[in-house]
Amino acid sequence: MSKAMSRQHDAQFIPVAFNLNGRSQEIEVEPHELLLDVVRDRLGLTGAKRSCDVQVCGACTVLVDGRPVSACTTLAFEVRGRSVLTIEGLAENGKLHPLQEAFIEHGGFQCGFCTPGMILAAKALLDEIPNPTIEELKHFMHGNLCRCTGYKKIIESIMAAAKKMSSKA
Amino acid sequence: MLRRFRLEEPGSVAEVSELLGRFGESAKVYAGGTELLLAMKEGLVRYERLINIKGLSELGEVSIDNGTIRIGALCTHRQLETSSALQQKLPSLVKLEQNVANVRVRQAGTIGGNLCFAEPHADPGTLLVALGARMIAEKSSTKREIAAEDFFVDAYETSLEADDVLTEIRIPTPGVDSRSAYLKFGYLERPSVGVAVALTVNAGGVSNTKIAVGCAGPAPRRVAEAEALIDGKSTQEATRNLSAAGAIAGRAAQAISDLHGSQEYKEHIVGVLLRRAFQSLVS
Repeated sequence: MSKAMSRQHDAQFIPVAFNLNGRSQEIEVEPHELLLDVVRDRLGLTGAKRSCDVQVCGACTVLVDGRPVSACTTLAFEVRGRSVLTIEGLAENGKLHPLQEAFIEHGGFQCGFCTPGMILAAKALLDEIPNPTIEELKHFMHGNLCRCTGYKKIIESIMAAAKKMSSKA
Repeated sequence: MLRRFRLEEPGSVAEVSELLGRFGESAKVYAGGTELLLAMKEGLVRYERLINIKGLSELGEVSIDNGTIRIGALCTHRQLETSSALQQKLPSLVKLEQNVANVRVRQAGTIGGNLCFAEPHADPGTLLVALGARMIAEKSSTKREIAAEDFFVDAYETSLEADDVLTEIRIPTPGVDSRSAYLKFGYLERPSVGVAVALTVNAGGVSNTKIAVGCAGPAPRRVAEAEALIDGKSTQEATRNLSAAGAIAGRAAQAISDLHGSQEYKEHIVGVLLRRAFQSLVS
């Protein structure tokens, strides 16, 4: 084996301690590993989906420190010391989040493929703007695509959740 | 799938420059990764090493002093769209940033990465050219300024040298009568045409006019010939010259026919956007 080859196979491992869905997690990743592959294949959380793979569709959305990112284009080592929330961590003590309830109640999904990303993006929206206008909602959510064309019901679901959450607060 | 690469995490700009000098074409600076990782996933580019500069927190701030707005290269689009200092001094940049790609790209992507990658269908470069911005390029021990209009050489090509690190963007703070606007149009994920106009309007008419076009061709271009039809004129006279200025700007865009539209179409849209941008600034 040539020197260059052996160097290529001399893998570099980066320790990554982070909070995943409320629990501390310690793993080692190689620099090229993507957050989406790590959560899906290594940690078994398959809610985040791979779809466009180019940060356009939003199916792979997870929240890092509360902000939406494309897990398909986020290097896993980047979550060192951060909090990652996937759809699996949204319900608390078996109780669905108001957004999840609203999506069920208002039929905010058909096939469900975009739903984890939709709900997490919507959570980030409502955390930032608790009572968004429809225009603010559309602007924030326009990077999350639904191919069942369920946008109207998705918008209704998010607005309903916003109303419910702010009436409680 | 990404190919395996090694990660370097230097602690200073000098070290970044040194690593770039040492590893040459086999290494690339990594910040937000929103452009770079896509190109790497597609196999369009291959690097043995990525140099992560996110640890250089001094490059992640916006400040305003002595008439200059300084934007650190590591500022994310999100930071710029939410910057209260920029909202006050440079609302056109804030509006541009609010409409870059989508919320996830804005969260991760940096202004420096956007400029260095020089993807033709990017927004910030065009406005920065019209604003007379200067890019600060640093090496291990030297620092120089590159005017925004000289920064973009071609598609995916800037005037940065191999071991240059873009550290800061400096924009002259606009005066009280100065205004700027960036308008874009497109129906694909990225804009097809972008036009930026910066000018000063007062009783004496229009002055300090700068016009830049982007997205339609390989790189953002300043259009001095179109500026000359506007600058130093009354708003009425400048308005009468808009069609001619738009035609010149359309040609200067070096528009190419592609999925975004034909060359003729893009040239026409440049004129439309120029007119709208100008009218929004003088009305």
